[in-house]
Amino acid sequence: MKINLTLKIRRQSSPDEKGQFRTYPSGPISTDISFLEMLDILNERLTREGEEPVAFDHDCREGICGTCGAVVNGIPHGPAKKTTLCQLHMRHFREGDTLVIEPFRARAFKLEKDLVVDRSAFDRIIREGGYVSVNTGSAPEANTIPVPQNIAEQAMNGAECIGCGACVAACPNASAMLFVGAKISQLALLPQGGPERSRRALAMVRKMDELGFGNCGNERECEAACPKGISIRNIARMNREFLRAAICSDEE
Amino acid sequence: MRNGVIMHWLAATLKSSIGRKSVMAGSGLLLAIFLFAHLAGNAMAFFGRATFDAYAARLHATGPLIPVFETALALVVLIHIYFGLGLFFENLAARPSRYEVVANSGGQTFASMTMPYTGLLILVFIFHHLAGFYLADSSTVSDLVRQNLSRPVTAAYYIFSLLALTLHTSHGFWSMTQTLGLSHPKYDLLIERLALAASIVIGTVFILIPVLVLFRPGFLS
Ligand code: HEM
Ligand code: SF4
Ligand code: FES
Repeated sequence: MKINLTLKIRRQSSPDEKGQFRTYPSGPISTDISFLEMLDILNERLTREGEEPVAFDHDCREGICGTCGAVVNGIPHGPAKKTTLCQLHMRHFREGDTLVIEPFRARAFKLEKDLVVDRSAFDRIIREGGYVSVNTGSAPEANTIPVPQNIAEQAMNGAECIGCGACVAACPNASAMLFVGAKISQLALLPQGGPERSRRALAMVRKMDELGFGNCGNERECEAACPKGISIRNIARMNREFLRAAICSDEE
Repeated sequence: MRNGVIMHWLAATLKSSIGRKSVMAGSGLLLAIFLFAHLAGNAMAFFGRATFDAYAARLHATGPLIPVFETALALVVLIHIYFGLGLFFENLAARPSRYEVVANSGGQTFASMTMPYTGLLILVFIFHHLAGFYLADSSTVSDLVRQNLSRPVTAAYYIFSLLALTLHTSHGFWSMTQTLGLSHPKYDLLIERLALAASIVIGTVFILIPVLVLFRPGFLS
C-alpha cells in the first residue's frame, strides 16, 4: 500500500543560523518502508531538484546503535512504543497525515544541522565512570564470578540503553537521568562494577549536572519514549547509589 | 580527610541535582507529616464545638513549643520553595527552545506537569489562611472558622486551594519515594497506591470543613 504525507521538517544549515520549518509533499510512500527510508526517498528527490538534502543521523538502521532519532509530532522516535526511528515503519501513519519532524531539543545537545544534534555530552558522562577497571592478561574462566540470574537480568535491562538521547528529548526538563540511571545501574548491580561503585555514581552525576541537563521531576515521559523500555526504576537506583556514595562512602 | 572545611562534601551534595531533589523530597515529607498532624486537629471539629475548642485550648497551653514548631515549619516551607523554584528555573533553562509540537509521550499527568503552579497556589493560600487566624479578633476557634468560612467566596477559595494541595501531593508523595530511591518490584504498586490514598485522605478531610460550614448550618455552633 502507498500513502501520501505532508512532511514539515525543521531545517537549519549550521549551528548558529536561525532554523525554520519547510513543508514537503512525501509523494507516494510504501507503508512497508521505514521512516529513515522515507527520508532517503525525500533526499533523493531534493538532490535531483537541487535542494540541500535533509541531514539526519543514522548508522545500524536495526535499532541497536542509538544513532538515529528525531521528534515526530512531538514524540521522540515517533508514535510506536519501544521503537527507534530507524525501526519505525510507515504503516503507523495514515493517508494524508502531516508529520512535523524536528530535532531533539536540549541545551546540552547542541544542534549541528537540520535533524542532527551533538550528543557527545553522553560520551563525556560515560568517560567519568561508565567503565570497570580489570587486569589485562588471559581471559578469566567463564563463571569465575557468580552472578545470580535475576541480578544479571536487571543489569542487562540497564545495559539495553543504546544512548540515543530520546529520554532527554522527551523529558519536560531535558533531564538525562534515565540514561545516567541505566548506565550507573548496569555496573552497580554487578560484582565487576563493585570497586568503582561510589566514585562512579558521584562522578557521573556531577558531570551530568555540569553539562546543563535538567532535573528529574518523575514525570515518566522518558520511560514512555525510550525505544528500549528502560524503566525509571533505574533512576531510583541511581538516586540510591548517589546518596549512598555521597553520605556513606569515603569518596569525595 | 582534613581539608579545612567541615563537611564540604555536604555542600557539594546539596548543589547536585539529586541532592537538591532529595531536599525537595525531605522537606515535602516533613510537610506531609505536618499535614497529617493538622488533619488530626481538624478532625476534632467533627466531634463538635466543645471538643474542637478544647483541643485548640490544649494546643495553646503547650506554650513555648508552639513558636518553636512554627519557626521550624516556616523554615521547611522556605527550603521547599527555595529549592523548588531553583529547580524550576534550571529546568526551564535546560531546554531553551520549545518544540513545535508539544505532545505527551505517555508518562506525564496533569498533577505532575503542574507541580510548580500548584505549589505557588498553596503558598498564596498559606498566607491567606494564616492571615485569617492571626489578624482575627480573639474568639474561640469554632467561631473563627465559622466566621471565615461562612462567606461562600472564602469557602470556595479554601476548597479550590485544597484541591490544588491534593493535586500537588497526588504526584508529590509518590515522586518523593522515587526521588529517595524507594523502588522495589515487590512494593512499587503498594507505594504508589498508598501515596495516592494519603493525598486523597488529606484533601477530603480538609475540604470537609468548609463544605460542612457552608451546608450544615448547625456545624460548630
Ligand atoms: C503543605 C504543602 C506542601 C507539601 C506537602 C508538598 C509536598 C511536595 C512533595 C512530596 C514533593 C515531591 C518532591 C520530589 O519530587 O521528590 C513536592 C514537589 C514540589 N513542590 Fe511541594 N509541597 C508543598 C508545598 C509547596 C509550596 C508552597 C511550593 C511553592 C512554590 C511547592 C513547590 C514544589 C515544586 C516546584 C515541586 C517539584 C520539584 C521538582 O520535582 O523539581 N510545594 N512537594
Ligand atoms: S535510556 Fe532509553 S531513551 Fe535514554 S538514551 Fe538510553 S535507550 Fe535512549
Ligand atoms: S540507526 Fe542505529 S538505532 Fe537507529
